[in-house]
Amino acid sequence: MDAQVLDRILDKYAYRHSDIIEIMQDVQRIENYLPMESLSYISERLELNLARIYDIATFYKAFSLKPRGKHVIKVCCGTACHLSGASQSLDQITRQLGIEEGETTEDRMFSLETVNCLGACALAPVVVIGAEYHDSADANKIDKLLSGYKVNGESTD
Amino acid sequence: MKKIRTHSDFERIKQEYLKKSSGRTIVLRTCLSTGCRSQKSVAVSEALWSSIEKKGLQDKIEIKQTGCHGFCEMGPIMVVEPQNIFYKKVTPDDTDEIIEMAANGGGVIDRLLWKDPVTKETVKCERELPLYKNQKKNVTYKSGRIDPKDIRDYIAAGGYEALIKVISTMTPDEVIDEIIASGLRGRGGGGFPTGVKWKICSESPGDIKYIIANGDEGDPGAFMDRSLMEGDPHSIIEGMIIGAYAIGAVQGFIYVRDEYPIAIDHLSGAITDAEEYGFLGNNILDSGFSLSLKIKRGAGAFVCGEETALIISIEGRSGMPRSRPPYPAVEGLWGKPTVINNVETFGNVPLIISRGREWYADTGTKNSKGTKVFSLVGKVRNTGLVEVEMGTTLREIVFDIGGGIRRDRSFKAVQTGGPSGGCIPMSRIDMPVDYDSLREAGAIMGSGGIIVMDETSCMVDVARYFVGFLMGESCGKCVPCREGLQQMYRILENISEGNGEEGDIDALLEVGQFMKTTSLCGLGGTASNPVLSTLRHFKSEYESHIFEKKCTAGVCKNLFDYYIDDKLCTGCSLCRIKCPEKAIEGKKKEPHVLDKAKCIKCSICFNSCKYGAILIT
Ligand SMILES: Cc1cc2nc3c(=O)[nH]c(=O)nc-3n(C[C@H](O)[C@H](O)[C@H](O)COP(=O)(O)O)c2cc1C
Ligand code: SF4
Ligand code: FES
Repeated sequence: MDAQVLDRILDKYAYRHSDIIEIMQDVQRIENYLPMESLSYISERLELNLARIYDIATFYKAFSLKPRGKHVIKVCCGTACHLSGASQSLDQITRQLGIEEGETTEDRMFSLETVNCLGACALAPVVVIGAEYHDSADANKIDKLLSGYKVNGESTD
Repeated sequence: MKKIRTHSDFERIKQEYLKKSSGRTIVLRTCLSTGCRSQKSVAVSEALWSSIEKKGLQDKIEIKQTGCHGFCEMGPIMVVEPQNIFYKKVTPDDTDEIIEMAANGGGVIDRLLWKDPVTKETVKCERELPLYKNQKKNVTYKSGRIDPKDIRDYIAAGGYEALIKVISTMTPDEVIDEIIASGLRGRGGGGFPTGVKWKICSESPGDIKYIIANGDEGDPGAFMDRSLMEGDPHSIIEGMIIGAYAIGAVQGFIYVRDEYPIAIDHLSGAITDAEEYGFLGNNILDSGFSLSLKIKRGAGAFVCGEETALIISIEGRSGMPRSRPPYPAVEGLWGKPTVINNVETFGNVPLIISRGREWYADTGTKNSKGTKVFSLVGKVRNTGLVEVEMGTTLREIVFDIGGGIRRDRSFKAVQTGGPSGGCIPMSRIDMPVDYDSLREAGAIMGSGGIIVMDETSCMVDVARYFVGFLMGESCGKCVPCREGLQQMYRILENISEGNGEEGDIDALLEVGQFMKTTSLCGLGGTASNPVLSTLRHFKSEYESHIFEKKCTAGVCKNLFDYYIDDKLCTGCSLCRIKCPEKAIEGKKKEPHVLDKAKCIKCSICFNSCKYGAILIT
């Protein structure tokens, strides 16, 4: 990530140490993950121990230190979604894409993740792909759902 | 100049706004919150605008983009006023017709009305829907009625009157007395008396004090706080300003989980607008009192909903709880006295101030006053957001408001309080829902998630689910929680995989009790509740998993099989086509057969059969 972009983010938060989580969130929003070089740069500019930044990056589940795919699939595993068959949906995605939770497909098209609750529990089970929410996404619907992205997302194998 | 200094400024702005909108007597309330938005309500809203423009009805019809109405499952939803017609599952293709009907002031579109799944009768008005008509909407009244992005709409609905009353006629101590007398208790889980918390903080020495709203909503399966933040952000902000005035805070934070982008957007806008109108910032309403508010985003750690961890997270570190006392009211953010309340708790405050302690204390039960917002989800017919008077029975919530169990299956339990809570069986369905009754039944009020389970929900799996969730979320600081959860999870996993043994139940009870008394924070202290409460009410289900190796609910994969009932099977072939393992065979119009050896129990056939012919043994 560009030093210029990083400086702009740091400026926005006036180099405050207490806003380090926000700073990292802004970086991840742009890059989809936290590149190690960016973290080192932030550590230097803020004069904040890299160990503390790394601690935060690994403590909070929203952060990823690995690059993620073009489409990040988030399967909600909150209580309402779990009871409505979220784990079967997750299994079906795993079978379809050949990756486990936390992994990215070789062509870098899809990453598969789980989240705890998206606050759309009345529509359970919920699967989010990119920024798009899909309701009632039980195992039944997964194939159709994914094929939409494979065709639109130029990744046909 | 928008900045309000006096009461007459306030009245003038309010009257101007009311006059401006009085010409348009037809109002379409459309929902743009998470639930409806994920079902494409933005496109519907845009289509409505263009239909209105096409017909040149801009002066007659107003579209109000609101927050959550509570019936998310039926989204995109819309209400046509003044007739109060409720439309569900609206698509952009419906909008021309809707506008035409609304403009003519008569007629309804039958296909868009909600239909009772049992009686098959349609219901025309929003206020007559079973989900709404048995509710008592106080805190959520404005959500779904006002435009959360327009501060004037909040003001026109009576907003910020409580703040003006406080600043012009009450001392900080009088505010605290009023909140204590109302009986308001915290809505974030613990149920601590709010006024007492404020008093402790106000009496703690120090010039600098802070106020924090907890919008982390960690309970997986609950969304009342999200709806309130999205649908009525100013009520939370107004409650916080009043709280800050009472305790003497000059700075405040709203901590919102990052999974709620719309809530963050609406709250940020609301803070900016409140500053512009002089309700926030320096010298609020010319009183000499100042307060600035900031939003802090969470980053996906459940434990950060715990107050001490949340404070540490705001300070910019990994949110691990610390032991209490000292409580935050004495030593909180950056070591200063800090009041931290749940967002719904703050949402109650303006109501108490405006309408008075007697009005407030008149609803609810002896020790639980007012109303509570719940998110009712799971296997009920009507899922959504419901606000009821404290003391309403579980039966009323599940059967009158929720319409009973889906697909005519039978009720098994409700789970309240999320990962810290417990399961309540049918035999207790007539108990009143208040802080004390729930605790006595082995569950807790928690933040307000109510999850309904039916015969296809396995109680061992539910316990395993929550323990697994907490195991992933435990911060690992203290041994009982870190190790206890691992041990409990291992035992529960064994039981659900068919490797349960004699003695497992005793071991669960022992570890669970130990964690309750020795964990550092509430996460570990309540983590065994889902296990202990299911053991208390559903012990036989554990026993059939351990001794008979059977999961009759059809959830634990190693402990059941699917089969096709040849009397019910019509030979439609849907399951045969859908089965990913080709485990089902049969000719069209003849009963099919399922090969157990090939079946991976993915549930696809079970959930797609329209005739209920796939059964569990
Ligand atoms: C593990 C854990 C998670 C919590 N999560 C939340 C939460 O998401 N939202 C919340 O308001 N309170 C949560 N609490 C309770 C807070 O610690 C605190 O009691 C509450 O915010 C105080 O507000 P109230 O008095 O208005 O309820 C949690 C507590 C624990 C132990
Ligand atoms: S009880 Fe659990 S979450 Fe709380 S401090 Fe101990 S290890 Fe951390
Ligand atoms: S449990 Fe999945 S959205 Fe809440």
